[in-house]
Amino acid sequence: MALAIRAEGLVKHYGETKALDGVDLEVPEGKVVGVLGPNGAGKTTAVRVLATLLRPDAGHATVHGHDVVKDPRAVRSLIGLTGQYASVDEDLSGTENLVLLARLLDHSRAGARAKAAELLEQFELTDAAGRAAKTYSGGMRRRLDLAASLVGNPSVLYLDEPTTGLDPHARNEVWAVVRRLVANGVTVLLTTQYLEEADQLADSITVFDHGRVVAEGRPDELKRRVGGQTLQVRPTSLRDLDVVHRILGDLTGVRPTRDDDTGLLTAPVNDPVLLSTLVRKLDEAGITADELALRLPSLDEVFLALTGKQNEGSLV
Amino acid sequence: MSTIALDRGVRHGFALAWRGILKIRKNPEQLMDVTLAPIILLVMFTYLFGGALAGNTDAYLQMLVPGILVMNILQASMTAGVQLNTDVSKGVFDRFRAMPIARSAPLIGAVLADVVRYVVCVVVLLIVATVMGYRVQTGPAELLIAAALAILFGLCFCWAAVFVGMLLKTPQAVQGIMIVLIMPLTFGSNVFVGTSTMPGWLKAWADISPVSLLSDALRGLLNGGAIAGPLAGSLIWMAAAVAVFFPLAMWAYRRRV
Repeated sequence: MALAIRAEGLVKHYGETKALDGVDLEVPEGKVVGVLGPNGAGKTTAVRVLATLLRPDAGHATVHGHDVVKDPRAVRSLIGLTGQYASVDEDLSGTENLVLLARLLDHSRAGARAKAAELLEQFELTDAAGRAAKTYSGGMRRRLDLAASLVGNPSVLYLDEPTTGLDPHARNEVWAVVRRLVANGVTVLLTTQYLEEADQLADSITVFDHGRVVAEGRPDELKRRVGGQTLQVRPTSLRDLDVVHRILGDLTGVRPTRDDDTGLLTAPVNDPVLLSTLVRKLDEAGITADELALRLPSLDEVFLALTGKQNEGSLV
Repeated sequence: MSTIALDRGVRHGFALAWRGILKIRKNPEQLMDVTLAPIILLVMFTYLFGGALAGNTDAYLQMLVPGILVMNILQASMTAGVQLNTDVSKGVFDRFRAMPIARSAPLIGAVLADVVRYVVCVVVLLIVATVMGYRVQTGPAELLIAAALAILFGLCFCWAAVFVGMLLKTPQAVQGIMIVLIMPLTFGSNVFVGTSTMPGWLKAWADISPVSLLSDALRGLLNGGAIAGPLAGSLIWMAAAVAVFFPLAMWAYRRRV
């Protein structure tokens, strides 16, 4: 598959700190790659290099074949950038922000107005179009920021922590927008501290820690790599808890974890077939279950296992 | 540079200047240094020094107005450094820099937007001066040329401020340096007093300082008198300011962002 972004051996030092310490990254056209990592892992530095805002000390990177250092202009005409902090002009209204960017991208006066109106409509900001961006809610500002990054119809979009600081509702709105863009064929490089976000949006995930790539793969691959799956079962009646505990224990060969308050039993498994066996056994015993699932570990657990430490950002 | 690239650069500069003008319109308090400050300076110095230096305030006002115009334009042009220093650290500058536009466009836009501030400065000063009794002795054409020269002076010397603004980390530091630079530059001149009583070293500087030369040129234009010599001198200063500080400002800007 053709690559939209290819980075090899990117290094960037700030004094003693190695913000990037030899990063390789590949983003196939039309896909979403999530860069996941805690604060200070080098995610933003990587985006700034790929967006031509920062020269790497070593290594090189191309966007659709154009080198970010040697041919920044060509790269800039292909990319859209949404920064970690809403990068719109707070004093200007939604319309003024977008018209300015459209004028800078050589739209005519009328063309710029039309483009701004179209994007405001698309991002449900028409009612707030004339108000200064500083009066917008966090979610609206982020939507305006996204709209701003799309004025040039970019084929590659960088989203640097697009939902940091947003409430769940606003976050869901941003996610919906990103999904719509991807459906239209835009390539997205997304950085996030939220494991759930990468899981929700990304086709593949690259995990950063201390300026290095510590893992990469599809979300489910990563989860599988970290460790086995778990079987979870919650009998409808708490009276059946002992029987189910025994059945699950016999089946998996380990003592299941038991939560007497919620009635949830959990046991690690290494063979997915056990799920259907469990269903049959429960059936034979005449026990019904409210919850029965084969679960992959959460990405939080993945991160912990891959980097050997808690991801501070995700502990909510 | 091809004419198409130049044309685009100019267009981008104007689009970004439009942003600056919108911001001035939305935060009119930004105009304080080109409205209130000149009025206070003019009123204070006229009534403080007028009687002592020129015998009466009317005669002093006639000599002071052109000079204080230069002084205020220079001060107004120095704020560009402080404002850009704040602006450049905001996310929106990253967006501009990630766009396929000339690197210099945001700087040129900011400087062009300042023309509005200079115009406000000139108009406010001339109105207040007229109310206080100042009269232009020549004609409207000379008045327009004088105003244009003052604005051009601001446009040329603001690159020094942009340079300092890009070099230093915080707006406070920029402000501090600007005051240190502006004080000797404006007071060490013939704006307030003639240079004849100054000690030799100060007179030597004050006679050729850009502020003195432009003040003299404006005095010639507005009050009548010699124009050519001081005008040529101030134009040389302006050209030199752009030649030195524009590249330095661009260098510091690239280094900064």
